[in-house]
Amino acid sequence: MSYNNFKLETDADGIVTMIIDVPNQTMNVWTPDFINEFDTFIDKFNADDDMKGLVLTSGKSNAFLAGADLNMMSEHNAAGKTLTMADFEKSMTLTKALRKMETGGWTTRQIQREGKKAKPAAAAIEGLALGGGLEICLATHQRFVADNPKIKLGLPEVMVGLLPGAGGTQRTMRLMGLQAAATMCTQGKNLNPQKAKAQGLIHEVVEAGTTADAAKAWVKANIEKGVVAPWDVKGFKIPGGGGAMNPKSVQFFMVAGAMALEQTKRNYPAVEAILSCLYEGSIVPMDTALRIESKYITKLLTGATSKNMIRTLFLNKNAADKGAGRPEGIPPQDIKKVGVLGCGLMGAGIAHVTAKAGMEVISLDRNMEEAQKAIAYSQKIFDKKVSRGRMSKEDAEAFLKLITPTDDYNMLKDVDLIIEAVFERPDVKADVIKKTEAVIGKDIVFATNTSTLPIGGLAKNSSRPEQYIGMHFFSPVDKMPLLEIIPHEGTGDLALAVALDYNKKIRKTPIIVKDVRGFFTNQVFPPYINEAALMVTEGVSMALIENCAANLGLPIGPLAVSDDTTLKLGHDIIQSTKEEMGDKYVPTGAEEFIENMVTKWDRAGRRFGAGFYNYDENGKRLDLWKGMTKHYPLAETQPSPEDVSQRLLYALVAPSARTFAEGVVPNPQSADLGAIFGLGFPPYTGGPLSYIDTIGVDAYVATADMLAQRHGARFTPPQLLRDMAKKGETFYADSTPVSQKTYTKSALNRMLEVEVVKIANAMGIAASVDDLKADTVAKVLAAQAG
Amino acid sequence: MTEAYIYDAVRTPRGKGKSDGSLHEVTPVSLSAQVLEALRDRNNIDSTEVEDVAFGCVSPVGEQGAVITRAAILQAGYAETTSGIQVNRFCASGLEAANIAAAKVMVGECDLAIGGGVEHMSRVPMGSDGGAMGTDPAVAIANYFVPQGVSADLIATKYGFSRDDLDAYSVESHKRATKAWEEGRFDKSIIPVKDILGLTVLSKDETIRPDTNMQSLGALNPAFKMMGENFGFDSVANQRYPGVEKIQHVHHAGNSSGIVDGAGAVLIGNKETGERLGLKPRARIRSMASIGSEPTIMLTGPEFAARKALKRAGMDVNDIDIYELNEAFAAVVLRFMQALDIDHNDINVNGGAIAMGHPLGATGAMILGTMVDELERADKETSLVTLCIGGGMGTATIIERV
Repeated sequence: MSYNNFKLETDADGIVTMIIDVPNQTMNVWTPDFINEFDTFIDKFNADDDMKGLVLTSGKSNAFLAGADLNMMSEHNAAGKTLTMADFEKSMTLTKALRKMETGGWTTRQIQREGKKAKPAAAAIEGLALGGGLEICLATHQRFVADNPKIKLGLPEVMVGLLPGAGGTQRTMRLMGLQAAATMCTQGKNLNPQKAKAQGLIHEVVEAGTTADAAKAWVKANIEKGVVAPWDVKGFKIPGGGGAMNPKSVQFFMVAGAMALEQTKRNYPAVEAILSCLYEGSIVPMDTALRIESKYITKLLTGATSKNMIRTLFLNKNAADKGAGRPEGIPPQDIKKVGVLGCGLMGAGIAHVTAKAGMEVISLDRNMEEAQKAIAYSQKIFDKKVSRGRMSKEDAEAFLKLITPTDDYNMLKDVDLIIEAVFERPDVKADVIKKTEAVIGKDIVFATNTSTLPIGGLAKNSSRPEQYIGMHFFSPVDKMPLLEIIPHEGTGDLALAVALDYNKKIRKTPIIVKDVRGFFTNQVFPPYINEAALMVTEGVSMALIENCAANLGLPIGPLAVSDDTTLKLGHDIIQSTKEEMGDKYVPTGAEEFIENMVTKWDRAGRRFGAGFYNYDENGKRLDLWKGMTKHYPLAETQPSPEDVSQRLLYALVAPSARTFAEGVVPNPQSADLGAIFGLGFPPYTGGPLSYIDTIGVDAYVATADMLAQRHGARFTPPQLLRDMAKKGETFYADSTPVSQKTYTKSALNRMLEVEVVKIANAMGIAASVDDLKADTVAKVLAAQAG
Repeated sequence: MTEAYIYDAVRTPRGKGKSDGSLHEVTPVSLSAQVLEALRDRNNIDSTEVEDVAFGCVSPVGEQGAVITRAAILQAGYAETTSGIQVNRFCASGLEAANIAAAKVMVGECDLAIGGGVEHMSRVPMGSDGGAMGTDPAVAIANYFVPQGVSADLIATKYGFSRDDLDAYSVESHKRATKAWEEGRFDKSIIPVKDILGLTVLSKDETIRPDTNMQSLGALNPAFKMMGENFGFDSVANQRYPGVEKIQHVHHAGNSSGIVDGAGAVLIGNKETGERLGLKPRARIRSMASIGSEPTIMLTGPEFAARKALKRAGMDVNDIDIYELNEAFAAVVLRFMQALDIDHNDINVNGGAIAMGHPLGATGAMILGTMVDELERADKETSLVTLCIGGGMGTATIIERV
């Protein structure tokens, strides 16, 4: 019999070598067909006396096996579907097949009472083994990995809201103990072969190219006696202890739960599920543990979080990173040398990431002293890396050599791309354009890093406006993962292609944004900051605001981030916007407050020593400024945390929806990626538009209208969303229509009462806003449970 | 409904709950048996009259496992007809056991019963029984579980009690306990603990420090700071209480209850049986209540339990002459006083667990007995006894002098 997904070679000793080579995939991944074939093969292998042992290898040079096909996982997301026990058993096919390889198909009772053993199986790992790719290796009896520190071994499922559901949680725990398994599964970080061996995850690290021979030799040596997995031996104990009574593991779970909660704020169910797999799995034997693990992953697959995370953080991000939206018909542009104009914070940062990507950089500023700052900036970052052992001194020096500081425009004559990051003043930019264009090749693309000035306006200073484009970097450039690429109306295809090709090298996630004031991110962010400021003026406790933002999963509170970007900047932007827009300026309501903070109360932001928070002389953030209550006394009745969280979340979602409706971003993907990677919008939601799909466009419109009524027209949903709600449309084709959605208790609790009532009514449950919200939530949950 | 009367109450002195504590060499069963023996012998009752015994015990594993009450009944030489049940309502177990005994009398299941409790914390350490609440991630995470000390610090932060407030309260606890001993206020109920040779190993509470003052307490390090700040529990509590800016870690070993060993028991029966056996009723149970409250802040339950017990008794806060609230943590008592507007002079008049220790399963029965003695000594009429409880609960009992 031949298989589509692997070839089999049997040698004279009866040792079968499986060469995994999944068709139509650059890397091996688990597909439904591969799983079924593997299951079929294992049954034959266990039954056929001529097959004595098994060695797993990869037929692809780049990887052993890279995990499950996430496209498949996304399509098979069971959200809203009715699950039967038969469905569940079928979903366990891979887990069961791996277990059959491990046990030889014998039950634990047969192994322990009758001395039955499995035929030896070993993995020969010459490339990365991630997720399900590592799990198949863990189910063999012996793992040989090539001595190459670049080989990644890991279980990254948690990054997309899932858990290693093919025995990964159970076998890592039984091999490495609770702490190491929890770290590996909940953080999704990879191990290199040496570290994996030190932790007991693999057995041998051997010379590259020799793993198959080593594995074969081991299998041959174990054919006679057969093998039993350590955890199938009676009396097996988890290294370091496990279970609900062992004082060490009791302490571990108590602290692990709190530390997980500290990280996830209950927004990432996968982390909780992994800990549950470890807890319950450490109490019961392997076969039961595997069933429990399968149930937890099935539960995650039926939830919105994994679907949203797979969609945005994996599928859409990968598509964007590969250059989605790049004009067709333009050959790949090889950018080797980049001229960076301006060596301030942004220019130096851009020079840094450009050099780090292996490109030559000409860093130009008005004099050598300024230009040297680009070197100093990179030097500081590299020094830190070298001192922490994350980079070799030689590499750091090599990178630094790529940056040439200069004050001479002639040095720019043979660059492949210009990125300008000089002062945000049209006259300065115009001057730089003129001087640069006098030197560079006439087909060289000129990108400007601006966050406030319209690109089209600046392009008027260019003699080649079709080559002029905006690239909005975020600070600090080496850390922030987003790049906004802004073609103006006259930008040509080549400029866009060059921008995307350059971006690919510096490995940011790009979104292509329309040339409007604030582009995407700077239209979404200020309303959110303003909302928090308005709450303060209403007498909402600042601690409540900051903690509610943290509970939402935002990386930093809106008041802290206001301090960091400084209220002074906010103040300046208000002034310039007012000047520019004149009568058309729409007040946010926070103008007076910000004016007072900056000009009267001496609290202009962190850089100035005081803001919403107090700071010590080194700029370390201390406590919130108690003096605020003198100006804005605390409201006697504080809003509920749910209300504060919702208002903050909608302050980000509303402008995202509006900018999408106005065509500022070309598609929902860009809005979601931009918000997550540019603004720290909570990743578990999949982004603001995925969030709207998750709660339902109609529920969003109802809540936004209600918030508009309570707090102001800034929350009013655009007509596009009203139309979508009416037609029952979603932003994404694969979003589950509202009628089939299931809700978790915490999701329901987070919603406003009107939303919950609406959901209940849609399910045919009699409920109104006059009922207790908790009762309505209970009814919805009961109805879902069926 | 039949009235339930308290006829007698006894307790052991509380021994320091460490390996160098005086009671470390005595078994928990023996501690339990000694209080049972005392109730029987000093009241001259035939143990066949005692129909049921409920004992609280919070870590019912190892030598405290397998219904320690029944083992204690047999070791005390009670009639084999006396049944035993082990009760776990965490820190209120002893009071709950007394309430169960009273309830059995009230509904007519028993004519005479004993409620009590035991906790030998030096031999069966706290947490020995594991438990889903704090360790099963599905439970702990969903309910924002934090250790009690973090809850106590959260109470102090949320309700505005400073370290000095807590320490001042604690100094007073030691003062009151010292004075109570000096004046013999506990004499009626203390049963000195004897070893297997019949020698007395402890006759007085072992952890009272009469010289405790603000300076000595000021030198102590916060006990729950590391747990809160390094192990994520502050964040967990903050997620549930986002209005709190930052939890202040103000509790330490000196303003929290001490870890001790001990047992206590209360004899409860109906009127007829008391008369028949020639027993003098000392107090009547007016009402009993248990409640659940928010589990993360966990220790605010006494307020609600007290209100419920008062309501059931048809009383209000001012109808109670003296309150007794277990001093699990100083902030628990200060919050209770604040919530119910109770003067410090009217609560924990003889000190409490900060000075004398908190043998988890026994404390409720011990402080119920303390109040029976105190009503008689001070010539007062009513007392409300309550305890805060793990997982967010509260139990309260109101008694009235007969």
